[in-house]
Amino acid sequence: MSLQATTYIFVGLSFALYIGIAIWARAGSTKEFYVAGGSVHPVLNGMATGADWMSAASFISMAGLISNMGYGGSLFLMGWTGGYVLLAMLLAPYLRKFGKFTVPQFFGTRYYSKAASGTAVACLLMASTTYIIGQMTGVGVAFSRFLGVSNATGIYIGMAIVFMYAVFGGMKGITYTQVAQYCVLILAYTIPAIFISLQLTGNPIPQLGLGSDMVAANVSLLHKLDLIVQDLGFAQYTTSTRLSTLNMFVYTVSLMIGTAGLPHVIVRFFTVPKVKDARSSAGWALVFIAILYTTAPAVAAMAKMNLLKTINPTIMAANSDIFAPDAQIVHADRPDWMSRWEVTGLLKFEDKNGDGRIQYYNDKSKDQAFQAKAAAAGWKGSELSVNADIIVLANPEIALLPNWVIALVAAGGLAAALSTAAGLLLAISSAISHDLLKEMFVPDLSEKAELLAGKIAMAFAIVVAGYLGLNPPGFAAGTVAIAFGLAASSIFPALMMGIFSKTMNKQGAIAGMLAGIGVTMFYVFAHKGIFFIKGTEFVDAIGGQNFFFGIEPNAFGTIGAIVNFAVAFAVKNMTPAVPQDIANMVEQVRIPRGAKAVDGAH
Amino acid sequence: MVQHDEAAYWKATLALIRNVLIVWFVVSYGFGILLAPMLNNIHLGGYPLGFWFANQGSMYIFVILIFVYAKLMGNIDKKFNVHEE
Repeated sequence: MSLQATTYIFVGLSFALYIGIAIWARAGSTKEFYVAGGSVHPVLNGMATGADWMSAASFISMAGLISNMGYGGSLFLMGWTGGYVLLAMLLAPYLRKFGKFTVPQFFGTRYYSKAASGTAVACLLMASTTYIIGQMTGVGVAFSRFLGVSNATGIYIGMAIVFMYAVFGGMKGITYTQVAQYCVLILAYTIPAIFISLQLTGNPIPQLGLGSDMVAANVSLLHKLDLIVQDLGFAQYTTSTRLSTLNMFVYTVSLMIGTAGLPHVIVRFFTVPKVKDARSSAGWALVFIAILYTTAPAVAAMAKMNLLKTINPTIMAANSDIFAPDAQIVHADRPDWMSRWEVTGLLKFEDKNGDGRIQYYNDKSKDQAFQAKAAAAGWKGSELSVNADIIVLANPEIALLPNWVIALVAAGGLAAALSTAAGLLLAISSAISHDLLKEMFVPDLSEKAELLAGKIAMAFAIVVAGYLGLNPPGFAAGTVAIAFGLAASSIFPALMMGIFSKTMNKQGAIAGMLAGIGVTMFYVFAHKGIFFIKGTEFVDAIGGQNFFFGIEPNAFGTIGAIVNFAVAFAVKNMTPAVPQDIANMVEQVRIPRGAKAVDGAH
Repeated sequence: MVQHDEAAYWKATLALIRNVLIVWFVVSYGFGILLAPMLNNIHLGGYPLGFWFANQGSMYIFVILIFVYAKLMGNIDKKFNVHEE
């Protein structure tokens, strides 16, 4: 059977499964639509959180970025898992005890004002929309390859499917659907990794294979990879930091605290039966997430090795001369997977020196000796551009694995992109229809009108995200990192202060959120364009790229969070103290006993 | 519950959180980033050790930390008699 037919069958079967579950568990009331009735077992909740969490950024994009960045890419691995420790200890149990449905409702009560919940809704919308832009980038990659169309067409089709998907189910459908999606995506991620690890190292467990010796050679895989990337002028794989140690440090902090501030993740912990379950749910979620995250560095390193080996067939030999005239493959004889990806426009070959062969190397290397050799060999610049977001999907093709494995990965990529996009759309829809419209402007909104308003909000969000996804501010995982920075700089500090400070008042919290997200947006928009619209960057007018201690915009959430805390405490000291009943309430939130079933205005 | 117990309960909770956060910080930011260049001189199989902490080790330890925290926090709840019935 052809690859295309196999792919259609795998994707079709997985979708039939999700839709079947969604129909079986169709949402009834508005309450069920958002939080699935508060009755989900911690292990299942952990799996569903895992599917919700592992989006196009984790599944499709992350390993590709690590593949390019080497050691520096580990900031994604630590950043997107370490936040769960914070979530489990600092937020989940207390928010569960608090007994509200959504983050803005918590803010409205704890900071005793509609202004506080309104500010939270605004920050949440900013972060969630940015997040969905990243998802749409990933959706575009997955659909363009799956249907063999251009990236833009892939995004349009993806927009339509994501919308139908989110409107159809609601959270209840989504919780059980997401358990199924988790199973599909984790198989799709690990099976090719196991095959490739076996091929390269003889060890079937990718986590161990990455630390093993190459098959039939007395050299470790990572050491060999270090050697071959340096042969081509790239930085040593296992030691290349991301820009600087400081940048890597704050980038990791930003992702961690952003994890603990993103509404679509937090809302999961409102839905467990008890405070005790809220603590262990975060642990289970991380177990299921870590299965993918500890596999990702192996996928990244092995894909890099296979890619370089495909283009430079002799590079693995101990004393190969990569500058020899016939060391690279001829473009006309390229493997099929390259031509398949060329259709999408995400893989491009440009024969700069007209020799018909593919030279792929670091043409910006600062190593003079390397550049001299490259020039002597007649190389006129790197001729292949490989979009980092295609690495994971192309990985089984590069390794020449059987068709069913390639088809499975396509199904997994689509599952990852759809599940998170749907979860985020629900967070956006509930924020607008419930927290903003019903709580603040139209208190007597009927349940039916509220659901309709939510669906209109979803449609609007997806059009905006799709439009910006056509010209994304970065690779999927990079854009998602910006969303984390926005959550880190606004929601996380205000939640923390709401639980751990009895004296934080509404003025302090609101001022802190606005200041935190304000400086972060300013720095990000300076680099990436105002509201991510290309051509409106103004970074050169205010100090040049990464002007603040060399910190890149994706990592700036940490600085925003520091500003948030500082402004909040300064304003608190200048404004009236928090009312006594609120201080008493904070004390009550700290002890588990007396936790009720979630109530709220739904 | 009397006021005194509540303060002691919160103090015990914060102490546990602090201890977990110390381990959390040391394995990721410490071993995985700040000390990684130094630790890379030591090898764990084919892995340079600092690279291993950043790519594998810190994540395994995060998982363990959450379950240890959940267990110890449950003990504190029982000790101060504030657990859910």
